[in-house]
Amino acid sequence: MEKTVNHKAWFLVVPVLVLVAFSAVIPLMTVVNYSVNDTFGNNEFFWNGLDWFEEMATSERLHAALGRQVIFSAVILAIEVPLGIYVALNMPKRGFWASFCLVLMALPLLIPFNVVGTIWQIFGRVDIGLLGHTLAAMGIDYNYTNDPVDAWITVIVMDVWHWTSLVALLCYAGLQSIPQAYYQAARIDQATRWKTFRYIELPKLKGVLLIAVLLRFMDSFMIYTEPFVVTGGGPGNATTFLSIDLVKMAVGQFDLGPAAAFSIMYFLVILLVSWVFYTVMTSLDREEAR
Amino acid sequence: MARITLSKLAHSYLPNPKGESDYALKEMDHVWDDGGAYALLGSSGCGKTTLLNIISGLVHPSQGRVLFGDRDVTNAPTAERNIAQVFQFPVVYDTMTVRDNLAFPLRNRGMEPGYIAQRVAQIARMIGMEAGLDRKARGLTADAKQKISLGRGMVREDVNAILFDEPLTVIDPHMKWELRTQLKKLHREFGHTMIYVTHDQTEALTFADKVVVMYDGRVVQMGTPQDLFDTPAHTFVGYFIGSPGMNLIDAVVDGTHARLGDQTLPLGAAYGPAAGRVQIGIRPEFVSLSATEGLPVTIRRVEDVGRHRIVRASFQGRDLNAILPEGSGLSPDLTRMVFDPAHIGVYVDDWRATPLGRAA
Repeated sequence: MEKTVNHKAWFLVVPVLVLVAFSAVIPLMTVVNYSVNDTFGNNEFFWNGLDWFEEMATSERLHAALGRQVIFSAVILAIEVPLGIYVALNMPKRGFWASFCLVLMALPLLIPFNVVGTIWQIFGRVDIGLLGHTLAAMGIDYNYTNDPVDAWITVIVMDVWHWTSLVALLCYAGLQSIPQAYYQAARIDQATRWKTFRYIELPKLKGVLLIAVLLRFMDSFMIYTEPFVVTGGGPGNATTFLSIDLVKMAVGQFDLGPAAAFSIMYFLVILLVSWVFYTVMTSLDREEAR
Repeated sequence: MARITLSKLAHSYLPNPKGESDYALKEMDHVWDDGGAYALLGSSGCGKTTLLNIISGLVHPSQGRVLFGDRDVTNAPTAERNIAQVFQFPVVYDTMTVRDNLAFPLRNRGMEPGYIAQRVAQIARMIGMEAGLDRKARGLTADAKQKISLGRGMVREDVNAILFDEPLTVIDPHMKWELRTQLKKLHREFGHTMIYVTHDQTEALTFADKVVVMYDGRVVQMGTPQDLFDTPAHTFVGYFIGSPGMNLIDAVVDGTHARLGDQTLPLGAAYGPAAGRVQIGIRPEFVSLSATEGLPVTIRRVEDVGRHRIVRASFQGRDLNAILPEGSGLSPDLTRMVFDPAHIGVYVDDWRATPLGRAA
């Protein structure tokens, strides 16, 4: 059969191209434009080369925010991943309570981010919040608006509350797909609970865990709404993470040039880490197929 | 090692079983001798795997007791029973090497490293995997993985019993034969009680000293391959063992004779009056062709299978088979089938009836 050459088919791709252009490419190019120009309003731009990038790369303010961000992501990953696995292991496997737990676990994931922030903002208040007031009544000096440590604890506990479910649900799905025969063999071989986890469950969960870690890393590294609503980045700059700092710079101070350079570097960091994850994942898959 | 006793054992997967049909295993009393090689034979879904899982403790029976020796282990967990079991599909620990897989059950029991190394080497030689001991178990072929599972089942010397649940399903035919021979050898060497579940009669008959035939949740017969061949206790045994299986024809039994429509056959013994469905059964090996006597049949075809010929015929619309020894003549006038009276069995509602006494 002769192949028909018909370049009109390209028109079919146009809607997608237009959509992607408007949703991603053009906004991103605007940011690139801002990052290499200086502007004093009136839509007048002056070429500024890579000065903004240099300024941002050496900015102590940015370094501090990046440090806080890395610590935040590391802490929530260190808590949410083991906790999520633990919860998944202990969830009922079938029957009414299995469905009940699934719905219960899914609830935090369905709440809009700013509502999560508001919930915890009120929950933690010393005057009217259930948590804050109870802690104060117990004689514990807790105040997330004054004390940086309390603010950190609040933000981390909030994130754990909000997102552990995701890890747990992914792991739960992974666990459900392990055939019963593996558990039976482990019992026959007299494996302890720990060895069953270490040699059967963990290897089978590896795939979903990588996805869970990747998703939680990206989301936590870009976190904005919840801490912004609860602490506004304070007290001082104690909980000012990268995106909060970025918004302060761009919208608060209207330093569009540095903020644009900041955004691009921020974007590249996330891209880099995601790429590393992707490479690790695919190389593990290849090892599996071997 | 121990004798295994099943006492009034029954199991249902339903929480509140009503009638007998709700039971996957009907009530049974059986003793499995220490050191015996048993084959558990039956069609799919007859309760073989359930019985095996009850013995190993993976399933808790709805009623009855399981005893190892004199000890009641009905409520003992699997790990405490010290049993090895090999499943139908390979189960290996993916992240471990082949060596670690084989050593796993021994390490879990805290054996000496020197002993483990020696034992693993021995088992590896047996399953023919000495060369690949340091490979990761992941990525091996299904039959290599199943060999590891088999090896893991046999690596412990002190087990009470080794249970095999159709272990050779995924192994290729040549290896099947070899592994079966190895299992047999292992059994002779160490004298473990072995229970081998299968639906393949060749496998069962070559492996076991005693074959246990299950049908519809019940053990219908436990005996040597010869017993199963000569005196099947149930029509299922007659039909399931042998190729082709036993001929079964509805008949009216009257003392020492059976009436099949207008034909009368002599039986080897006298039977009392029976209620229910009465059939006579005879193995094709004991049916011969004749021109003058016996039942008039319509011969449909003759299959030459090398060592003998199988004659497929029908009598009053029922299938009848005969196996003729090599070299026996066939001619167009041989249109009648003769049954050897000594090998005719009488079945009432599928169970073999006992004769009143030898006929004169």
